[in-house]
Amino acid sequence: MSAAAHLSSEAAGAGQRPPSSGAAPVVELIGISKAFPGVVANDDISFDVRRGEVHCLLGENGAGKSTLMGILSGIQRPDAGQIRVDGEAVDIGSPRDALELGIGTVYQHSTLIPALSVLDNLMLGDTHKLRLDNEGARKRLEEIGSTLGVEVDPSARAADLALGRQQQVEIVKALWRGSRLLILDEPTSMLTPQAVEELYKVLSRLKENGLAVIFITHKLHEAAFLGDRISVLRRGQLIGTLDESAVKSATPDQLEQRIVDMMFGDLAPSLAGAAELKADLGEAEQLEAVQAEPAPVSADEALTLERVSVRGEGSEPGLDDVSLTLRMGEVLGVAGVDGNGQRALAEAISGQRKLQRGEVKFLGAPVGHVGVTGRQKLGLRYLTDDRLGEGLVPGLPVSMNIFLKLIGEAPFWRQGRIRKSAIDARSKELVERFDVRTPSIDTRAGTLSGGNIQKVLLARELSFDSKVVVFHKPTYGLDLKTTQTVRQMIRDMRDGKAALVISTDLDELLEVSDRIAVLSRGRIVGEVKPGPGAAEEVGRLMIGDVSLGAAEGAAA
Amino acid sequence: MSSIFHQTVLTALISGGIVAGVPLMLTAIGETISERAGVLNLGLEGMMLVGAYVGFIGAYYGHSSWLGFALGAIGGMLACSFMIVLCVWLGLDQIVVGIAITLAGEGITSVLQQAQFGTSYPRLGAMGEVHIPLLHRIPVVGPAVFEQHLLVYLGVVLVFVLVWVFRHTNVGLNLRAAGEKPEALDAAGVSVTGTRSYAVLCTGALAGIGGAYLSIIGAGVFTPFMTQGQGYMAIVICMLARGRPAWVLVASFLFGICLSITTALQLAGINISTDLVNMLPFIAIMVALVLFGRRSYLPPALAIPYVRGAR
Repeated sequence: MSAAAHLSSEAAGAGQRPPSSGAAPVVELIGISKAFPGVVANDDISFDVRRGEVHCLLGENGAGKSTLMGILSGIQRPDAGQIRVDGEAVDIGSPRDALELGIGTVYQHSTLIPALSVLDNLMLGDTHKLRLDNEGARKRLEEIGSTLGVEVDPSARAADLALGRQQQVEIVKALWRGSRLLILDEPTSMLTPQAVEELYKVLSRLKENGLAVIFITHKLHEAAFLGDRISVLRRGQLIGTLDESAVKSATPDQLEQRIVDMMFGDLAPSLAGAAELKADLGEAEQLEAVQAEPAPVSADEALTLERVSVRGEGSEPGLDDVSLTLRMGEVLGVAGVDGNGQRALAEAISGQRKLQRGEVKFLGAPVGHVGVTGRQKLGLRYLTDDRLGEGLVPGLPVSMNIFLKLIGEAPFWRQGRIRKSAIDARSKELVERFDVRTPSIDTRAGTLSGGNIQKVLLARELSFDSKVVVFHKPTYGLDLKTTQTVRQMIRDMRDGKAALVISTDLDELLEVSDRIAVLSRGRIVGEVKPGPGAAEEVGRLMIGDVSLGAAEGAAA
Repeated sequence: MSSIFHQTVLTALISGGIVAGVPLMLTAIGETISERAGVLNLGLEGMMLVGAYVGFIGAYYGHSSWLGFALGAIGGMLACSFMIVLCVWLGLDQIVVGIAITLAGEGITSVLQQAQFGTSYPRLGAMGEVHIPLLHRIPVVGPAVFEQHLLVYLGVVLVFVLVWVFRHTNVGLNLRAAGEKPEALDAAGVSVTGTRSYAVLCTGALAGIGGAYLSIIGAGVFTPFMTQGQGYMAIVICMLARGRPAWVLVASFLFGICLSITTALQLAGINISTDLVNMLPFIAIMVALVLFGRRSYLPPALAIPYVRGAR
């Protein structure tokens, strides 16, 4: 009891002072630098956050955002620079120090322990007493929950909660010991649109309660929508901070334009890559315009699913009597809330899951009995969403990962012996063509950034006579520039190939697909053509056929 | 055949099951602690042997079983300190270090035994049995269960203490977190290295006491390699019990019966080759693994060294 009382009084104390924006910063970073072998992750960064504000930290993947937050939360130590909390220089040597200084962090990857209950997860690390204080913790959860407008079942297992709900628990956990600064690292990357809405609500309540929030993101519109101040990081350097007056006075469009300029370089024209991206963005818009006209779709059936049923796995549903047709030269999108049979669909097509009923036809010929390798050789490829798991072998070099599915085949292998020269030559060519940013083709693939890992996988799946490719969440977690590149590659599939894009990002599907099929609880519940009103129509289908329980999960 | 159910045979069977099961139980409980914390301890066999030897020396010269157990615990902790330094602090492979500790434990104790006693194997007298009043008069079960060394009862109490620790204390929660998701524990401000260190230290102490019980009470003598794979059996028991101490208790007793069945069969006058009988515990293990192996639960972070900030 005493522990809880102590904590709550601390929180109440923080709430008494009225939120004032011009106040002294809660936390200041001065001249922070951090280098890893081969990369300068943070270069002389100064940055601060005040009470009652959301300070957005924006940057591409690999810009150094996560390193900076790692330094604040005690996971990393800076090589140089100073951190001040309430004006006093502090040394944050461990996560414990950070918590004691009132810095709570919600990490990009969940730190909840799936097998434990919500309450156990929250109590973890309270080492004031030997005995777990269940009652106190329950009260504390209720108290923080009501402040945030969040209700969580304390005895539910963390693994059983929807992702959005899990994140709410993470936020409660970060505030558990009376934090005054909350750091959120890419909090929306795993969430459904509804859950993002809820997160925004929670954030505004936090602001009202006088907390300082650092919101890390690579999504422009989020920063523009949420930020009281916005700072932009690029290649380890802080390019600039838009202060409150600048953020408030600009219209959303102006603001996004200014941020794009900061991120990609009109303010620093010497940096390469900026013009390229602008061109990419421009091109994307043009293509959208082009896409409005119906693309010429040939009559040849590339891929057909005839009344396919497969078993689900764990809590994920399988497929129930799904029929789909994808024609050559077409991009077919599959929309749906995550966990409605997407994985089952992808794996039924790739051959990784056995069909219970129905048939899969590839170029008119049934392939239901053909194995994974056989289908690959025919030109039916699958770009997995589990990039680090089934996607690649992190410990093998980039070149071997590109050839992972061709092991033993001529001309890259001869009589069981590897022909390194052939592999290296082809890998170099592909790395260049797909613009994989890697120190060399011998670099271990696991050390690359997420965007570059995806490019390695794309190089593998789109080359070597691919005809039809299933893309599963192709741009999930990627930065803006890579996202545009990948979407362009998908559009390029129209040229003589075909693509099935399974994604939870509706904007993406609207942008790239000719048709959008909607998957709900393992069934195709409808089909929509992109155009005015398409998003609402898809949304209606996504929710419409869903019974109450699943709808709740979607909203959470 | 009816003689198998004769009173003395049953008493011998249960009593023998307890005597043989206690070292297994203590060691498996220790392994449960460290596995929950994410450290796979394959050095149990070595730690048991060190405990058995040091404990025997203590009991032999000190004429006290308690001195023996205390020294056995210290010996086990010394043996597992290698594991702590190499695996928990420096992040070396737990399997390799575990095997090394087993081999070193076997070698060192054999050599020391030779150096100390040559080829003679001095015996200890019976020691430290307590007769629990009234209860020990119950037929069959009484003499088997209630005329054991005090340590047996303390061990059982320990099991239930541990159930409580896992369920209701911060220490238990930290241990589980260290094995389920160490980065979460770290982020919560608790040292993963520290948590795993004391978990392994407990394992060493318990395996040491288990070994000491084996030499002091079970056999009354120390012979080289006397554990005969019991350390590995403890690992299997721990795995089958899915990290739950109460199941460890049950499983240890059952395996103990398998280990002690020779004596009971002799008492019953049944003549089966001892070689066959000696195989019984291992056959039992294989059967158990085939039947229940799929149900075993291992913590996700088991045997993975924790390095902060590593991907």
